[in-house]
Amino acid sequence: MNTNMPTSDVQFSWNLLFDFQQIFTYHFMQNAFLAGMLVALIAGSVGYFMVLRSQSFAGHTLAHVGFAGAAGAVLFGMSPGVGLLFSCLVAAIGIGLLGGRGAQTSWTHGIAIGTIQTFSLGLGILFLQLSHSYTENVYAILFGAVLGISDQDVRLIILTTIVALAGLIAIARPLLFSSIDPDVADARGLPVQFLDYAFLVLLAFAVAQSVQVVGVLMIFGLLVTPAAIAQQVTARPVIAVGLSILLALFFTWTGLAVSYFTPYPVGFFITGLAFGTYILVRLFRVLYTIFLRRRWFKGQGVLG
Amino acid sequence: MTELILLSDIPSFSLNLISDIHEMLSVDFMCYAFQAGTMVSLVSGLVGYFIILRNLVFATEALGHVTFTGALAAAVIGLDPLVGLFGATILVALLLGVLGTRVKENDVVVGTILAWILGLGALFLSIYTTKSSATNSTLGVNYLFGSLFGLQEEQAQQTVIIGLGIVLSLLVIARPLLFASLDPDVAMARGLPVRGLSLVFLVLVALSLAEAVPAVGSLLNSALLITPAAIAQRLVTRPFVALVLSAVLALLFTWVGLTVGFYASYPVSFVISTISFVTYVSVVTWQRLRGNLTPPPK
Repeated sequence: MNTNMPTSDVQFSWNLLFDFQQIFTYHFMQNAFLAGMLVALIAGSVGYFMVLRSQSFAGHTLAHVGFAGAAGAVLFGMSPGVGLLFSCLVAAIGIGLLGGRGAQTSWTHGIAIGTIQTFSLGLGILFLQLSHSYTENVYAILFGAVLGISDQDVRLIILTTIVALAGLIAIARPLLFSSIDPDVADARGLPVQFLDYAFLVLLAFAVAQSVQVVGVLMIFGLLVTPAAIAQQVTARPVIAVGLSILLALFFTWTGLAVSYFTPYPVGFFITGLAFGTYILVRLFRVLYTIFLRRRWFKGQGVLG
Repeated sequence: MTELILLSDIPSFSLNLISDIHEMLSVDFMCYAFQAGTMVSLVSGLVGYFIILRNLVFATEALGHVTFTGALAAAVIGLDPLVGLFGATILVALLLGVLGTRVKENDVVVGTILAWILGLGALFLSIYTTKSSATNSTLGVNYLFGSLFGLQEEQAQQTVIIGLGIVLSLLVIARPLLFASLDPDVAMARGLPVRGLSLVFLVLVALSLAEAVPAVGSLLNSALLITPAAIAQRLVTRPFVALVLSAVLALLFTWVGLTVGFYASYPVSFVISTISFVTYVSVVTWQRLRGNLTPPPK
C-alpha cells in the first residue's frame, strides 16, 4: 500500500525540533505537508458551508463519484485528476437536477444523492474490471497516496485551490444568507437556486482536488469533522470558518507527522484525531450546559 | 474477479428465455447466486421502503461502510469476519439511534461518525494487508464490492436464513412502524413505542446490510436498498402497494443483473446499479414532464 511509510527505521524522539528536521529532509514529505495544507485550507472552508447546509451526504457522494471518475480516466489513459474533476462536476449538477426544489428538498436530495452514488460506484467497478488492475488501484484511489505527490501535482493543487477559494469568497456572503434562511434570501431577490448549484460545484471542485491527496475515504473526514467542531464552538461565521480551517490544518499535519513514525495510514490518524476532538467538544458542551443550568437555578433560589 | 475466469464455458444467450434460465440454473454457482440474490433483493426492497420513508438514506450509507470496517477489524483480531460484520454494524446502528434523535443535527452526526469509521477501516486494512500473505489481500476488495458469482453454498444458505428472519420481523412490525414513520407524534400519543420501533428498525437495517455484504459488498448494497424503494415511492402513494412494488423492482433488477452478468461478463453490481439508476431517472423525468411536481407524502 502506498500509504505505508517507506522508511520504517526512523525513530521518534522527544526532541520535536529534531523530529521535524528529520521529516523534512525528504522531499516527498515536504510535498505532502504542502499539499496537506492546501487541502486543509479548501476542505475547512468549503466544509463549513457544507455542514451549515446539512449537505454532508452530498460531499460524501461526490467523493465516491470521484472514485468512478478516476477509475474511468485510468481506463481511457487520461490523467486521474481530469476524470475526478469531470465526474464530480457532472454529479454535482445531477444532484441539483434530480433533487429538485420545494418544501421537501432535504428528503428528495437524500434519495437523489444515494441513487447517484450507487450508480457511480457501479460504473467505478466496471472501469476497474475493464482496466485489469484491480486491487492496487482500488486501494490507491480509495485511500489516497499522500506520500506519492509529485511537484507537478503540487502545482496543480495550488492552482485549483486558488480557483476554488476565489469562487468561495466571491459567493460567500449571499451563500451564507441563503444557507441560513433560504426563504428570506429568496424574498430579498437572491438567486437561491443558482447559489445551490454554485455551492455544489464548489464542493465538487474541493473534493476532486483533495481526493488525489488524501483519497476518496479521507477527504470526507476533513470536510465534515473540523466544520462540525467549529460549529459546536462558535456561532459566528467568520470565526467558525477560520477555526474550521485551522483544525483541518492541525489534523492533517499532525496526522502526517505521527504516521511518519508509525506504519499506519495517515487517514486513520487524521480522522481519529478529528473524531476524538469532536467527542471532547460535544462532551464539554454538555457539561458546560449542565453547569450553567445549575448556576441559573441557584441564582433563582431553586436549588439549595 | 471470478466472473472473468469462468468466461470460457459459458453458453451464449438465446431468445428462448426458458432454456436460458434452465441453462443458468444448471450451473452451481449461478444457483447460489440466484438464491442469495433473490433473498437479498427481497429484504432490500422491503427494508428500503421504510428507509426512504424515514429519511434514513445517509444513515444507511454510513452503516454500509461500517460493514467493511467491522469485517476487517474481526479479520485483524483473528475472529470470523462475519462476527465483526454483524457485531459492528448492529452496534453502530444502535449508536446512531441513540445519538441522532434531532433531524437537524442528524446530517452532521452521521457524517462525523462515518468519517471516523472510514479512518478505522483504513487502519484495519493496512494492518490486515501487512500482516497476512499477499494471496489474502483481496479480502478487502471482496468486502468492498462483494461477488454474487463467488458465493459458496453455505454462504447462500446463510443469506437465505438470515434474510427470512429479517423479512418476518419486518412484517411483524410493519403496521406500527408505518404509523410511527408517517406521524411519530400521533403514534406516540396513541401509546406506540416510537423510540423502540426506531431502534428495532435500525437493527433490521444493520442486519440487512450485513447479510448482503458477501453478495454485493459494502459499497454497493445501498443500490438495492435505496433506488427500488425510491422508484416505488414516486410511483405509488398507498404504502403497502409501494412496499410490494419496491420488493418486486429489487427482485427484477437483481435477476436481470444476474442474467446479464452471466452472459455478458459485466460485473453484476454494475448492471444492477445502472438499471436501477436509469429507471429512477426515467421516472423522475417522466413525472417532471407531466407536471406532477407534488412530491409523494412523507
